[in-house]
Amino acid sequence: MSEAPPNPLRDPGDRRLPRMAGPCALVMFGVTGDLSRKKLLPAVYDLANRGLLSPGFGLVGFARRDWAAEHFAGVVLEAVRQNARTPFREDVWQQLLEGIRFVPGDLDDDDAFEELARTLAELDQVQGTGGNHAFYLSLPPGAFDTALDQLVRHRLAGRERAGQNWSRVVIEKPFGHDLASAKALQSRVDAAFEAGSVFRIDHYLGKETVQNLLAFRFANQLFEPIWNRTFLDHVQITMAEDIGIEGRAGYYDGIGQARDVIQNHLLQLLALTAMEEPISFSAASLRAEKLKVLSAARPAADLATGSARGQYLAGWSGGRKVAGYLAEPGIPSDSRTETYAALRVDVDNRRWAGVPFYLRAAKRMPRRVTEVALVLRPAPYLPFAADDIRSLGSNALVMRIQPDEGITLRFGAKLPATGMEVRDVTMDFAYGTSFAESSPEAYERLILDVLLGDPPLFPGHEEVEESWRILDPVLDFWEGLDEPPQGYSAGSWGPSDGDAVLARDGRAWRRP
Amino acid sequence: MIITLTGTTAGGIEQAILRARSNVGVPTGLVFTMIAVAEACDHDEVVAACVDAGREHPSRILVVSTADPHGESRLDAEIRLGEEVPGDLIALRLHGELAHHADSVLLALLLPDSPVVVWWPGTAPDDPGADPVGALALRRITDAMGTPEPIPALLARAGSYSPGDTDLTWTRLTRWRGLLAAATDAYPSPVTAAEVRGEPGNAAALLLAAWLDCRLGAPVALVDDGDGIGITGVVLHTEAGDLRLERSDGSMAKFSAPGLSRRIVALPRRDLNALITEELRRLEEDAAYSATMARLALRSSSAPDPGSEEAR
Repeated sequence: MSEAPPNPLRDPGDRRLPRMAGPCALVMFGVTGDLSRKKLLPAVYDLANRGLLSPGFGLVGFARRDWAAEHFAGVVLEAVRQNARTPFREDVWQQLLEGIRFVPGDLDDDDAFEELARTLAELDQVQGTGGNHAFYLSLPPGAFDTALDQLVRHRLAGRERAGQNWSRVVIEKPFGHDLASAKALQSRVDAAFEAGSVFRIDHYLGKETVQNLLAFRFANQLFEPIWNRTFLDHVQITMAEDIGIEGRAGYYDGIGQARDVIQNHLLQLLALTAMEEPISFSAASLRAEKLKVLSAARPAADLATGSARGQYLAGWSGGRKVAGYLAEPGIPSDSRTETYAALRVDVDNRRWAGVPFYLRAAKRMPRRVTEVALVLRPAPYLPFAADDIRSLGSNALVMRIQPDEGITLRFGAKLPATGMEVRDVTMDFAYGTSFAESSPEAYERLILDVLLGDPPLFPGHEEVEESWRILDPVLDFWEGLDEPPQGYSAGSWGPSDGDAVLARDGRAWRRP
Repeated sequence: MIITLTGTTAGGIEQAILRARSNVGVPTGLVFTMIAVAEACDHDEVVAACVDAGREHPSRILVVSTADPHGESRLDAEIRLGEEVPGDLIALRLHGELAHHADSVLLALLLPDSPVVVWWPGTAPDDPGADPVGALALRRITDAMGTPEPIPALLARAGSYSPGDTDLTWTRLTRWRGLLAAATDAYPSPVTAAEVRGEPGNAAALLLAAWLDCRLGAPVALVDDGDGIGITGVVLHTEAGDLRLERSDGSMAKFSAPGLSRRIVALPRRDLNALITEELRRLEEDAAYSATMARLALRSSSAPDPGSEEAR
């Protein structure tokens, strides 16, 4: 591809021309799952509707279902009608429909993979997908290996295809359950594929607001000067969910909140918040900076006070009576899986020494919210009478990631009265009121990036391994404890142990 | 909230907005000011398109129209806050001599320190950049295809281009251009000649031909297709064979290439709201449009009647 002369119709100055995926086929494993129905299939339609897919695009479903292609098309159609972000258009659907195929079979069924190979060859011929194939493995961890092996065995993907048309593999979290298993997974992936053709999806990185964090930090002069230990007291990264495990007992039990979201989403947010300025937004530069800061991060030395875990009990959550974790269907009554995890992480470098990062992630919180809050030090001197500043808290800069995306700045202002009394006020930027309501779904952006072969928003395996290195001691420590996780009422902000992680340092969690 | 003011001033409008804000607490995340210069007849359609655009890009929208030019000077305004748009929409009606001094009202109502966009949905001034209202703006959007004589209007735009201008005729081409660029990505054989087909007198086909001419440096013919709607097809003759993108019904296109049978691809004509929304996504000068307009001016001066057989 690289030897081809530049396309005369492409002009770097022509900013309107869309980044459009070339001819290719997307093969989806695990296409009957929730994620496919709710996010992936609708995202594919939205891409087509925005005119970002080539006319030579094919979509192949692979699953253990005795379906004909028409039946699968019906499943896709239903998913699109229910969950697509853009309006349904018959002409766009007809375009997609021409390239839709289905291959029934088990992952260990060689015949099914031969059939998949034939289907792809047929698509290349008829639909003009040009031998370019992306394999999206939306599979439980136990099925990864088989799928990888089969793709290589049937020469659908892997190193042997180097130099031909592209073939890419997309893998979903979890990337292992600790450092050792992550390394083992990586060595198997590495044996089968070129590093450049493996895409690890962390859908958080596809979110507009997470990318906006980069714009916020590196496009502005205003904030960088305070982005360090001189001005900041500490950082709080919160990811609260209002839901429980919602029928995902089989996946969730034994995994828990720390492995499920801290290892990936929260530590990626930490990396983007704490990293130095990358020399460019290329994948290599971005990964280099994230990796550097993750390598400098470590959990608290005393994990008994620097970490906390909890498990939700029955309670009232947002006006509904809900069951406790142990009473959820499919959860063993003696389960010690945590649904609340909080920990202190320190970053050992000049910018952050002495500025702890407090991470918490939990289910059955009062509301769904993800945010990064930078809490500033108190002003060095306050020429006010103590009574006048009783209502003045710490200044804070909060990046709200979801659902109400935006930025809040909290500072003190004078109360309108004759005296000089100061109170906290907030200044608010809401992403949604200044920009498109119809911003693309994270998966839309990420799928397009896979088809374009554009990796900056995908974490590299070194980052995954560093994240496990940070988390492993905490997980081991919890494993070794005699007592079970502390209970907290569903619909509350978590157990007292979680509050104690900050209280010990003379701080307190923000109420997001 | 809708506030109607008759016989007011720019200052009166400002005050009314501030008072309403403190009552309803509308957020102020507005990113730019958009001025739409409407003629009385298409006032409602213009407001609808502005509301749509305002949803994607919350902004202050000023819809300007004039009434009884010989009557007494008077300013009437209707302010809508938080009705259908996240920003404000202010419809201004200029009576009498004031119609010639719209900029005096507008200047006071522009949001501070943020871009200004002017849109003329119908007939636009001959030189938008030199127009008093146009001069307030960073971006000036015209629509040759919204005027009675699209091709002369487009050529006039090409003659008076100044940085920041765009015409919606260009916006209508984006999907065509995207698909053609994707086609030459996938089939990189050098293009030796090209052909654009369209219904007679179609300004978009004329502009698409100018763009291809500008980018390819190969002869580009414009062919009348009496039965079609809008642009009906583009053929790129390459050394390896023809790349064809054809659309007969204004909605579904067929794409074929050497070794590839026809694929269908959705290529709908887009409505005004979609065009304006795309236009507002970029507020900087459009270099590709500028180069294409320069080429259009060149082509029209060498071919006396663009769209005719001689243009081949």
